[in-house]
Amino acid sequence: MAAFGTSDGRPIYGRGPSPGLRFTIYALISLGLLYVDQRAGWSARIRYGLEAGAYPLQLAINSPATVWHDLVDAFATRNQLRADNARLEAQLRELQVGQLRTQALEEENATLRGLQGALPPLVTKWQVAEVIGSEAALLRQRLIINKGEHDGVHLNQAVVDGTGVLGQVMHVGPYSAEVILITDPEHAMPVQVVRNQLRTIAVGSGSANELLLKFLAVNSDVQGGDLLVSSGLGGVFPAGFPVARITGVRREANQLLAQVRAEPLARIDRSREVMLLDFDPQHPAAPASDKALADGRMPEAAAAPTGTPDTEAARKKAQSAAKGAAKAAARAAAKEPPSPADRPTVTTPLPDPQDAP
Amino acid sequence: MSYRESRLMILLTAVVGLVLTILPLPSWLLAVRPNFLVLVVLYWSTMTPFLGGLMLGFLCGLALDVFQGSLLGEHALALSFVTYLAVRLHLMMRAKPLFEQSLYVFAALLAYEFLLWALDGWTGHPTGNALRWVHTVVGALIWPVVAGVLGRFHSQR
Repeated sequence: MAAFGTSDGRPIYGRGPSPGLRFTIYALISLGLLYVDQRAGWSARIRYGLEAGAYPLQLAINSPATVWHDLVDAFATRNQLRADNARLEAQLRELQVGQLRTQALEEENATLRGLQGALPPLVTKWQVAEVIGSEAALLRQRLIINKGEHDGVHLNQAVVDGTGVLGQVMHVGPYSAEVILITDPEHAMPVQVVRNQLRTIAVGSGSANELLLKFLAVNSDVQGGDLLVSSGLGGVFPAGFPVARITGVRREANQLLAQVRAEPLARIDRSREVMLLDFDPQHPAAPASDKALADGRMPEAAAAPTGTPDTEAARKKAQSAAKGAAKAAARAAAKEPPSPADRPTVTTPLPDPQDAP
Repeated sequence: MSYRESRLMILLTAVVGLVLTILPLPSWLLAVRPNFLVLVVLYWSTMTPFLGGLMLGFLCGLALDVFQGSLLGEHALALSFVTYLAVRLHLMMRAKPLFEQSLYVFAALLAYEFLLWALDGWTGHPTGNALRWVHTVVGALIWPVVAGVLGRFHSQR
């Protein structure tokens, strides 16, 4: 304690440049980092390295939860196991019956489309990843998963659980990846109301059990209980994956837009295991912009399945273009009163073979 | 005093602070959790500004950027600024009683959160609601405790 206020304890080399100069240097470094990270250029490599370094600590922080779950599993009683088993068997039977129906429908669909045989499966590859952490800050809905570039995870890969769409891969590290959930306020995904094919955009609200449909006109045809599925636009999620169910619609006479809330179907804050999906780009329900890429505008991007910076850049560009277009449309919808002329473009689906039910 | 030990101690407490700051919690607790890492950095940069100075602030900010998934450099800039203030004012701050120190800490945390808020706005990220400012108050209230606990590590040299 004697060292306080006197100089005997201070190291000589601690007295280098003045604090002001050092602060200036650090501030400039920070601003430089901010600039390159905002432009999403080569800073991806810096982040890649830093995430590799962060992985052990993330594992360590999550280890108490893992140990707890393991303990619970280890002490599960015979009765519990039997109950679980019965429940799972019932679920399996249900799914099998559903699957029979699906196959019949797919064949019927193929016949209607004039295809010779049934289509190849949409999901070509899927892998299970474990959630090893969440980025806990206000308004941030992110997950860290234990699969990274070494396992073939790539940017903007769709992440789902057994019940619905969870989110997409945002940053890829060597052994881990960061997933942005659909409920994050920075995430917006194109969706479609199953009942009447109305397309809109679902934006995250920042809380785990709510999505906001901000861009629906007051007179649009939505009601509580409507199922929302992904529309296949935007280039990340294929068409027809269940996303959310509308919980409330509020219309005020003096507002142009309805306030619509929806509850995600996926167990956003309770999933311990998630699924990462890869799609067959030739399938009609595959994400739209991937298909555009495969159609020949960017042949090399379609040929390289994962990982190369070119592909990532192309994907990102395509996605941001799609998002920009969607945003512009939404802005236009927000500013202009819903005139009869532009209403049909919003409420009725385009005669697009991809989206035929 | 053993110079190396102090440096190790600073590193250890910073890691503990980081863990407490990024530990997953239920969402209703997130709003009231103080930013422990900022408090730890503030403590060391007022008490031993030549050991835990600007470099500590910058590196801890960078760690927050990585673990919270924000833009690289965002927390680093905010935390370096607050550390700079602490280093400049450390003699004045040390002479104050703990409760008065809490006021300075409150001001520092407000400056920190304001910088983050401004950077969020500039870079086009959502700036959030009023809840993001709650941790500044909680941080100021908990400062005497943090300072007391860290002081134990400090005087054992």
